[in-house]
Amino acid sequence: MEVLIASSTEEICELLAQDSSRQLLAGGTDFMVEVNYRHRSPSSVITIDQVPELQNWHHDGDSVVVGSCVTYREIERGPLATLVPALAQAARTVGSPQIRNAGTIGGNIGTASPAGDMIPVLSALGAVISLRSSEGIREISLEDLIIGVKETSLRHGEFIESVRVPVLDSPQEFLKVGSRSAMVISVTSLAFITYPKTRSVGIGLGAVNPTPTRAKEAEEFIADYLDWESMQVDPSGLDHFKDLVSAASSPIDDHRSVAAYRRKSIGILAQRALTRVFTEGVL
Amino acid sequence: MTTIESYESKTKSGVGVSAQRPDAVPKATGEFPFSSDLSSHNMLWGQTLRSPYPSARIKNIDISEALSISGVHAILTANDVPGKNLFGLEHPDQPVLADDLIRYAGEPIALVAAEHPEIAAKAINAIHVTFEELTPLIDAESSITAEPIHPEGNVIRHLKIDYGDPSTTGDLVIEGTYEVGMQDQAFMGTESGMAVPSPDGSVDLYISTQWLHSDQNQIIEALDLPEDMVRLTLAGVGGAFGGREDVSMHVHLCMLALHTGRPVKMVYDRNESFLGHVHRHPAKIWYRHHATKDGHIVKVEGKIILDGGAYASTTSAVLANACCFSTGPYRVSSAQIEGWGVRTNNPPCGAMRGFGNVQTCFAIEAQMDKVASALGIDPVELRLINALEQGDSIITGQKITGAAPVKEVISSLAGHPMPGPAENNLLARPGGTGRTTDQKHIKRGVGFAVSIKNLMFAEGFDDSSEALCQVDDGNVAIHTACVEVGQGFITLVHQIAEEVLGTSDITVIPADTSIGSAGSTSASRQTWMSGGAVLKACEAVVVKLIEQIFEDEGVKYENLDGTLVSEDGTKTIPVAEALKGRSFHEKVVHRHAPTFPLNNKGQGDAHVSFAFAAHRAVVDVDQELGLVRVIEIATSQDVGRILNPLQAVGQIEGGITQGLGLAVLEELVMKNGVIQNANFTDYLLPTALDTPPIEIAALIEEPEPGAPFGAKGIGEPPTISSTPAVVAAIRDATGVDLRRVPVRPEDIALE
Amino acid sequence: MPNETQPHLNVNGETLTIDDAWLGESLLYTLRERLGLYGSKNACEQGECGSCSIMLDETLVCACLVLTGSATGKDIKTIESLAPEGSLSTIQQAFVDTGAIQCGFCTPGLLITIKDFLDENTNPTDLEIREAISGNLCRCTGYGRIVEAVRIASKTHDETEGGN
Repeated sequence: MEVLIASSTEEICELLAQDSSRQLLAGGTDFMVEVNYRHRSPSSVITIDQVPELQNWHHDGDSVVVGSCVTYREIERGPLATLVPALAQAARTVGSPQIRNAGTIGGNIGTASPAGDMIPVLSALGAVISLRSSEGIREISLEDLIIGVKETSLRHGEFIESVRVPVLDSPQEFLKVGSRSAMVISVTSLAFITYPKTRSVGIGLGAVNPTPTRAKEAEEFIADYLDWESMQVDPSGLDHFKDLVSAASSPIDDHRSVAAYRRKSIGILAQRALTRVFTEGVL
Repeated sequence: MTTIESYESKTKSGVGVSAQRPDAVPKATGEFPFSSDLSSHNMLWGQTLRSPYPSARIKNIDISEALSISGVHAILTANDVPGKNLFGLEHPDQPVLADDLIRYAGEPIALVAAEHPEIAAKAINAIHVTFEELTPLIDAESSITAEPIHPEGNVIRHLKIDYGDPSTTGDLVIEGTYEVGMQDQAFMGTESGMAVPSPDGSVDLYISTQWLHSDQNQIIEALDLPEDMVRLTLAGVGGAFGGREDVSMHVHLCMLALHTGRPVKMVYDRNESFLGHVHRHPAKIWYRHHATKDGHIVKVEGKIILDGGAYASTTSAVLANACCFSTGPYRVSSAQIEGWGVRTNNPPCGAMRGFGNVQTCFAIEAQMDKVASALGIDPVELRLINALEQGDSIITGQKITGAAPVKEVISSLAGHPMPGPAENNLLARPGGTGRTTDQKHIKRGVGFAVSIKNLMFAEGFDDSSEALCQVDDGNVAIHTACVEVGQGFITLVHQIAEEVLGTSDITVIPADTSIGSAGSTSASRQTWMSGGAVLKACEAVVVKLIEQIFEDEGVKYENLDGTLVSEDGTKTIPVAEALKGRSFHEKVVHRHAPTFPLNNKGQGDAHVSFAFAAHRAVVDVDQELGLVRVIEIATSQDVGRILNPLQAVGQIEGGITQGLGLAVLEELVMKNGVIQNANFTDYLLPTALDTPPIEIAALIEEPEPGAPFGAKGIGEPPTISSTPAVVAAIRDATGVDLRRVPVRPEDIALE
Repeated sequence: MPNETQPHLNVNGETLTIDDAWLGESLLYTLRERLGLYGSKNACEQGECGSCSIMLDETLVCACLVLTGSATGKDIKTIESLAPEGSLSTIQQAFVDTGAIQCGFCTPGLLITIKDFLDENTNPTDLEIREAISGNLCRCTGYGRIVEAVRIASKTHDETEGGN
């Protein structure tokens, strides 16, 4: 195996332009598992975890731009955690301290697992991903990037450079169901984002669909039941809201859980997230 | 910790104190050599090709491409097995390498030895096997009457217990069917070892195992070599819990080493480890309990089916345990129990800590709670009413002649203070960092369960352990083949030496086959058997010492706690002092009192000794989501005598955690005979966050007659009633009639 | 750019020349089978057990998930350097004293994890300790004695070893 250590994004572009079959390695928390169990045997690897542009994040007006190699650890604590709390909550649930120190947001997106913990949050935040190649930069929505189970629309020679998400300074929630208290793959997960300016909410669903999904109908429906001044929700809408969220999921049976449980629990997560932010009250 | 301190022996050293493990320091520095840390000059790496299918016929094996890979030194198949291509712990029914038929997914087919693990892996992938897939037999119940999948038939054992008057009835009849999923021992140190060939055609095997001599017996048959040409030495073991009792890579390693003439090392990765050892028997259990209005269990009818998987392993003994103790630690006047251990194309099952008692205890304790509820009797009270006592018989007709402080175990635990509410911290709630659950979503439940475990082997097995106490010019060395898997026997050896010889400054000769068998490190037997052997060997040295001194000086001494005291009381010499300049060589074989087979009605004095334990679990449940957080597990255990309080606590806490795992987390999920989660991503072991503080309410010390130091084995009882206690607590919190372990969120939430 | 000089690894304060052929291995394999540093253990090779925990550029990671080629030029610390030869660190001593070691396979990974944790946290609560070690699986002990060992070590840790 040839191992090339990139020190700039230009270098990555060049190396990929030379040979687009080269594989990118950041934290290794998915990549190395496949290598160790021989599901992946790349002949040439570019390590990107030492590229400063990719390791950093910055505030840019009313959004943050997070480099693709920013680790879960950084997202979980410090200033980023205050700026995007739901992302921090999600990051805290990933793996173990060891995994969080190494794993990256770009890796989570690139692996594109339906159970990826960053994904429902990024979806609900309307994240925009910046892709770079030697041809330049292009921006793409999460939904357009992740197009199937573990499948992205990345072109040859392209890599994930950064993710842009809004800084909303309003309540956000991330909830994740797993069978174990720590170090567990999502059985279902959900992100709930409030947009006070537009008086709308964003609901991202995790582990219940093959690709990133928002519960759009539920988002629209519940809008009429929310009072943004008093931060209250009319409880008469909650049951239908829950059903709409469940209906936005098409979960499967697998060795971790059953579809019926996933369908039921995603609705419950939505209701709980909502009622944490909006207290139940007759409007 | 007050509890531990209160059990400390009054003496400063020897048996009864929390003596430090002699291997603690090297384990803390990382220098302790585990079997996976072995290395040798000129070493090759071995790997195993395994069947992906649970049932198939091998039509052809083409190794030509694999052999042509540079760096490959050997590819071996069934034809290369020098002796008998069969092995087995109780009974040789399993091929060393699959010949014609594949009977489980993961069954070994071929072996590779190569210069580097990557080359070996490449070679494995280059071996082309033509399979004819067959329909696997995966349902245990139907296996009884199905077409045999093995020449010895599908019923490995069928056992009936007919005790008391079958026409007995009670005022109340409670029926229930229960299921236990497949748990795995999941020891941290995967299977590993190294075989080193000698020019004379003999081989030395350095291996992690539980029983060196049983391994040796099977290996020599397969290699067609005499005993003195196959020498086993124990390498550092990273846990066992029953999963190392059977032969795994042992013959494979020896074959590769002898074939290539070079040392061969093999290490299973975690996925292969799951495939490479036996698991806990999944079980289906039906009970019908008959009780009087005032809570006496008068009759128990039961049917037990254990899925033994493809090969027999220890299914016969596990079934016997499950059946003999199928009525729990309770006095019943009548029992009709029928059990089957059957063969399927599921992965082979065998020993796991608790060994059959775990499965029936889960079901029986559920039944007891149902009886209590139906009669309006407190569940703890019901257990006290029916608790076995010394002098009672169990349902095999055997009278309990040893200590049976069941009532004390139950009462001491029931009286233990309850924990307070959980911390107001999401880390303490169901769902943990998943943030699913607020205080208002939580209901608390409490569950109680009691168990009985037989110690040591049973049914007439002539169990023994050999120990040597050797003194060379005053330097003491002790040798047994007793396998240390982490349980702390190595500490006990030092403590016994301190107790008898007044010194723990001894050499423990590495466990190997140059000394006689110590039997298996399992069945909670080693303290009794190998501890007993070491005790006897040390005592034998002192007897000889006293004789020698008498010959030399004409003074008769007596050994009092490591000091020789003359008959007239005027002279004293520490034993260690008296040993200086002298040499002794005392080898003893220690046996327990004989046991007897069960007759065709399941009657017989089949067991040596019994130990009892009770567990109380407190859980917080988020019923809507079906998420459980175990808040506390408390226990009382009947221990005979505590030989090392700190090690006892360690065994209890570790065993309870395994019980918790079976209750809510651990199951090998099968689909058409293939394990779906043979990895730590999805076979969920309890983490430190899942495991609650464990409270020891009481360790009841009623010395066991016949047991060295009066001590009972303590390793297994913690894993037995901990599982049903947790499930009972979940039932208490939710009202859901849970019939299966492990309990999954959907079992609660979708009810 | 492609490495033109012979690759090196900085392990426990020593610079070791390594073979090109090792660059594609996991750091865990290289440390153990190439460099003879068997202290870090392999219980899963998936990052799910923590038994291979090491410090990489002062960050706690699983060595099994590090490609050796990506670790050249980084500072690697393993269990072998937790304490000077012949002595035990506070945490190691606490483990020995509290019965936190049974089979010992998980021990090195735990010790590295705990040292990293205590370097950053004084006076941790039990829950904080449990979350910190939730990535280290132990099958023998049930974690009770381990948590006790961390409690004891946390009292003296910053007095002797300090954060570094």
